[in-house]
Amino acid sequence: MEFLISLWEALPYELQYLIWTMIKIVAIVLPMMLLVAYYTYAERKIIGYMQVRVGPNRVGPKGWLQPIADALKLMFKEIIIPANANKLLFLMAPAITLGPALAAWAVFPFDEKLVLADINAGLLYILALTSVGVYGVIIGGWASNSKYAFLGTMRSAAQIVAYEIAMGFALVGVLVAAGSLNLGEIIRAQEGGLFSWFWLPLLPLFAVYVISGVAETNRAPFDVAEGESEIVAGFHVEYSGMAFAVYFLAEYANMILISALTAVMFFGGWLSPFQGWPVLGPLFDWVPGFFWLVIKTGFFMFLFLWLRATFPRYRYDQIMRLGWKVFIPITIVWIAVVGLAVVYQVPWWFD
Amino acid sequence: MNVFKNYFKSLFLLELFRGLSVTGRYLFRKKFTIMYPEEKAPVSPRFRGLHALRRYPNGEERCIACKLCEATCPALAITIEAEPREDGSRRTTRYDIDLFKCIYCGYCQEACPVDAIVETRIYEYHFENRGENIMTKEKLLAVGDKCEAQLAADIEAQAKVR
Repeated sequence: MEFLISLWEALPYELQYLIWTMIKIVAIVLPMMLLVAYYTYAERKIIGYMQVRVGPNRVGPKGWLQPIADALKLMFKEIIIPANANKLLFLMAPAITLGPALAAWAVFPFDEKLVLADINAGLLYILALTSVGVYGVIIGGWASNSKYAFLGTMRSAAQIVAYEIAMGFALVGVLVAAGSLNLGEIIRAQEGGLFSWFWLPLLPLFAVYVISGVAETNRAPFDVAEGESEIVAGFHVEYSGMAFAVYFLAEYANMILISALTAVMFFGGWLSPFQGWPVLGPLFDWVPGFFWLVIKTGFFMFLFLWLRATFPRYRYDQIMRLGWKVFIPITIVWIAVVGLAVVYQVPWWFD
Repeated sequence: MNVFKNYFKSLFLLELFRGLSVTGRYLFRKKFTIMYPEEKAPVSPRFRGLHALRRYPNGEERCIACKLCEATCPALAITIEAEPREDGSRRTTRYDIDLFKCIYCGYCQEACPVDAIVETRIYEYHFENRGENIMTKEKLLAVGDKCEAQLAADIEAQAKVR
């Protein structure tokens, strides 16, 4: 032990910093992968329950090993590369989708001081990364050299252009209200219990953000890019084995990211819902902030599954109408409202 | 007026929330699923599963080779060859049902004047080699011998409505 400590101290500072950051990254990514695996299990269970069936229950006790079995199966399957496909892009595309979905967690505040990179442009960084993820879908569909994949790609590209704008505008509202791009600052601006969080003054933006989030992650009812009943599997028809699994991981990692971001932007991240309340406030003071964050994120993750179990797929022109003619006007109007409220310091959020 | 109502409805996602409340309620409903290998769904006496040839209580086979089943079979799954036995009675020498062709319509059972060919309640069977899909006369009679009690009870139960 002594030897190890002296060895550690002998390392130059830069190397120490690098190793320490690596360890932190692993500490974030590994639980994330596990969460993704069990999110797929939760999805199958919850959608099953909503359809009055029981879902997977054969592998392991109550089916708990189902995601492990799925992962093993995918690992042992062959990755088939279609003839005339662009091999390099074909294999790179899933990684391009997964990378940003994981990298975005770097600026995410898990608790008061628990953040990998506490940068001031956090929100901007996240907006940039979530947009990059789309390229994986577009490149993958194009590199497959398949008509169905290409159709899925075209749909996805058009849809994401439409919803990226609405989503960006919704976040502009948040940053006007919080007065900062740093995610930690955004949370601190919401201090003061359930009704001080931004979901109330920014309710329309919150609704737009959640719905655009569903559209951004290509989830039902906005899953036209996949559209299994129309174009087989859309952009990933030609993918198999681990290449497909990476796309799959990315989709779920993105869902978790959007849920967590919703919790941070509109539901006060690690803050307790009873903060500053007479009796309940002190009663729940001992609960760690991370716990509240998990509960809030969990709710939005559940909402994703709930939406999928409830709604049929949108028609393509309706998706476009919703994005361009409904969400963008609503967000623009509400940004003006929020701006005025901030300028005139309307109580009790902005005073 | 209606325009405003619809606009209001769609803007505030009212119907979508109603949809969510329906699925939300169903989340807690009792589930219908039958855990198949451990539990099994109840089977009707009219169930049309694997075929069988029956015998009379004295051990004599019922089939008299009238070939009505062969004639009525819409899938042409039944093949019968017949000739007189030593004692002069008309019997089949070959009675094959190709289970790959059979559509389990039950017309053979319906057509049979002596209740010889019947469909049992057996629905768990499989083939491991080519040719096993042909149910020969011996195999059919063996199934019949095995399920005779159940078959007699099922036919009795339906006697009034047939």
